[in-house]
Amino acid sequence: MIQLDHISWKAGGRVILAEVTIAIPANTYAVLMGSTGCGKTTLLEILCGLRKPTSGRVRLDGVDVTDLEPRERGIGYVPQDLALFPGLRVREQIAFAPKLRGLPPAEIEARVKRLAEQFGIVPLLDRLPDRLSGGEKQRVALARALAAQPKLLLLDEPLSALDEGMRAEAVSLLQKVQQEHGLTVLHVTHSSNEAAALGHLQLRMSGGRLEALQD
Amino acid sequence: MTLNRSNLCWLALALITAGYLIFWALLLGATATYSTPESWLKVLGSTEIRHATWLSLVTCCLAAGLALLLAVPVGYLMARREFRGKSWLDAALDIPIILPPLVVGLCLLIFFQTRIGQVIEGGFDVRVPGIVVPESWRPEPPFKRTGEDEFKPGSKEMAMNDEARKHTLHIPGFPFTYQLSGVVLAQFVVAAAFAIRTMRGTFDHLSARPEEVALTLGCTRFQALWHVALPAARRGMVAAFCIAWARSLGEFGPILVFAGATRMKTEVLPTTVWLELSVGNLEAAVAVSLFMVALAVLVLVVVRATGEKV
Repeated sequence: MIQLDHISWKAGGRVILAEVTIAIPANTYAVLMGSTGCGKTTLLEILCGLRKPTSGRVRLDGVDVTDLEPRERGIGYVPQDLALFPGLRVREQIAFAPKLRGLPPAEIEARVKRLAEQFGIVPLLDRLPDRLSGGEKQRVALARALAAQPKLLLLDEPLSALDEGMRAEAVSLLQKVQQEHGLTVLHVTHSSNEAAALGHLQLRMSGGRLEALQD
Repeated sequence: MTLNRSNLCWLALALITAGYLIFWALLLGATATYSTPESWLKVLGSTEIRHATWLSLVTCCLAAGLALLLAVPVGYLMARREFRGKSWLDAALDIPIILPPLVVGLCLLIFFQTRIGQVIEGGFDVRVPGIVVPESWRPEPPFKRTGEDEFKPGSKEMAMNDEARKHTLHIPGFPFTYQLSGVVLAQFVVAAAFAIRTMRGTFDHLSARPEEVALTLGCTRFQALWHVALPAARRGMVAAFCIAWARSLGEFGPILVFAGATRMKTEVLPTTVWLELSVGNLEAAVAVSLFMVALAVLVLVVVRATGEKV
């Protein structure tokens, strides 16, 4: 469960997030909407520990993680530009987190294979990021995040670079991934269709405040 | 094509650019035709010049390598972190670029006359009571503290002094002034500033997002730098090394002041040009200068191939 408790963020004297308080139950697919620059990405960055909130606390499964480093939170993050590591092949991108954790090579290989099969990217394993299409990059970024076995997945407009046909395919993939991995997902989007198709819980951010639209 | 006002403007700008390039071509052309290729080869084949070339290549590689080792962390810090006083630090990092080269040499020379500089060059002594230090690890006799008078041989003070020497360990220093290491240091202090500029520019152009994702995947900040930022910055690192190398190759003022211009000891290629000019051997100075131009062009080609701008 994600609990945001009176989270505020100010930048350059401007209030971006004002006392944001929300609870997202475990295994929920939550979708966050809002206009450009309203603080959606900032909220995700506070959640995964890349920014410290000006005030307020972040709790995951009841544990206060506000002062923890990003690596200690067990959160997977897929930013809008997907941020694949330049110079690393798809296989190395997916193996990145398991390798850091010092898993045995056989286990790393098995995890890479399992995720590559799930995301349909087995033929791409030896490619570099600049030889991948937008849809392929998105799948690799998701597989890389899931290889760390997070409890919570934060997706920042992950489908924005995809065309209509690929978007529909990606929506069903995300639903499948969320159910199979038992994840709590917070997905930022501008598309109300995407929100309606994916969200168990729809949230809207406006004027630095967050409200639940439906449950 | 009709010559309207816009075209006329571009034509004028192109003429200015062409004029500048022609001026440079004339300079190099005049230098190149001053003597014959046979005389260049004869000059470049002499023992002194071959030694200076070898020293130049070795010292430039060392200075550029050290500059890169410094430039990567400093460039990363300046590109990725906001902190109070950053603009002041940024300006301070450019000081070696704007300082007159002779002043850099003078600063180095004076620094090694200070207490800290003398400790770096001469080393220091550590008292180890109860332990007899092997003779070769003891301070040089006569052992006396700074400011004290010399002890007379055979005197009581001298005996006491010898006893104290037995229990004193000398930690050796590393001499720089008028040494080959001084050449490397003089090249390094200026080249590092250029390498830092290049590395900062490289990290500025690289998105910080992949490093942030790496942090969420389990990396510490250092691991994110090592596993993600550095592989992405490798072309910039090659460019920074080459720029530092080229800068070191052309360094003259600080080397002359701080390391001297001793033949077969601290003589590098720019020093050779100066030494040959000072004895009126213009042909040798021209040959060495053209060799340095060729090396500089080679470095420029490598830097351009990395995609970085000098």
